[in-house]
Amino acid sequence: MGSFTLNHVLYLLQGAAWTVVLTALAFLLGGVAGFGVMVLRTSRSRIVRRASLLWVQAIQGTPLLILLFVVYFGLGVVGIELPPLLAAAVSLMVYSSAFLGEIWRGCVEAVPRTQTEAAECLALSRWQVLFDVVLPQAARIAVPPTVGFFVQVLKNTSLASVVGFVELTRASQVINNSLFQPFLVFGLAGCLYFALCYPLSRWSRRLERKLNVGRRQPA
Amino acid sequence: MSAVVSLRDVHKRFGQVEVLRGVTLDIAAGEVVAVIGRSGSGKSTALRCINRLEVIQSGTIEVCGHAVHDPALDLRVLRQDVGMVFQSYNLFPHLTVAENITLAPRRVKRTPRAEARSLAEEALARVGLSDKIDAYPEQLSGGQQQRVAIARSLAMHPKVMLFDEVTSALDPHLTGEVLKVMEGLARGGMTMIVVTHEMGFARRVADRVIFMHTGLVWETGPGQMLAAPQTPELKDFLAADL
Repeated sequence: MGSFTLNHVLYLLQGAAWTVVLTALAFLLGGVAGFGVMVLRTSRSRIVRRASLLWVQAIQGTPLLILLFVVYFGLGVVGIELPPLLAAAVSLMVYSSAFLGEIWRGCVEAVPRTQTEAAECLALSRWQVLFDVVLPQAARIAVPPTVGFFVQVLKNTSLASVVGFVELTRASQVINNSLFQPFLVFGLAGCLYFALCYPLSRWSRRLERKLNVGRRQPA
Repeated sequence: MSAVVSLRDVHKRFGQVEVLRGVTLDIAAGEVVAVIGRSGSGKSTALRCINRLEVIQSGTIEVCGHAVHDPALDLRVLRQDVGMVFQSYNLFPHLTVAENITLAPRRVKRTPRAEARSLAEEALARVGLSDKIDAYPEQLSGGQQQRVAIARSLAMHPKVMLFDEVTSALDPHLTGEVLKVMEGLARGGMTMIVVTHEMGFARRVADRVIFMHTGLVWETGPGQMLAAPQTPELKDFLAADL
């Protein structure tokens, strides 16, 4: 049994940095995939809407941990071996796509139908209506729930520790295995998670308030 | 006389409810037609069918040579010829007045930015709002917003303009400024189909008034017909209106 040193702190901080990297990857990849899911979920074709709903429900009804196992171990069996970071990023992408797709679908549908009608009557194409008229209005509503969701994702990256990716949780496990000071080590890890999440939560709440004020009294 | 808009035996159902039960109608170039009737008479639905915001079940609709009833029709081609103004203005709240007006010319017709801007200035001059070009919709009164909506439609140089109860959401003192703009358009030779509750406008400005009742064209004639209704239904409607 050794004592807790600066090196341990640095190791934890390094883990925290990888947590941030993984969250950022999930945000980028999940954002792209989630946008795709949103487009499919608001499609005019009922078959496309149904099929994408199936995807959303399947993912939302599956623990992220199982997704991780499928991507990391499952793909490994069929010969596709992903490094832990990539496996975690792909799992989080799949996971985020379902939730973001639904969050953003709600925001897109919250833009009054009459806006779309007016734009269509001006001979704009479906994509022009989406990008020039609907999305700018939906984006305003979408920011707070999106930020809120990424607070969840940031915490869920801790699950990547089970496939051996050394992010904050795995780093604290490694340290604790040698020091056996779980209160200190995991307590510190918890504080670091909090330090990352709290500003995001605050930001999300502030955005929400700003949006509501905008609704109450137009500038 | 060549019809710009021509409906033949148009039927439209929403589920079990038959909203249009065989509407036949011809509108000539430059004609101003006021469509009146109770709510539920099918007048707004008929208007929305003309630029295919609603899909009809049977019959034919021809607008500026486009077969609107044909599922294969490219709606973007049709809608470049048909302008529409709504009861709730439907300006894009995140864009300025100028951007609202220039969006479609720039995106659809690829009009260069500077040219689009002068298009917006010209359209705004026609509705008397030149000084509001850089305002946002929320900074305008309802009447001003509706005039901008008209300008937005005009900037695409449509051949036919559809007005769907465009003054119904306005205070009486704001109604006048919008009607004046529409009267100016009518005098300028625009083909207009105006669904309205403004009997004064129908009488004064319209070349022809169409009274719709239970999904049918019930009575039609010049503005004076409102002074001497032929059918008891129109008589009732006018009596209730006063």
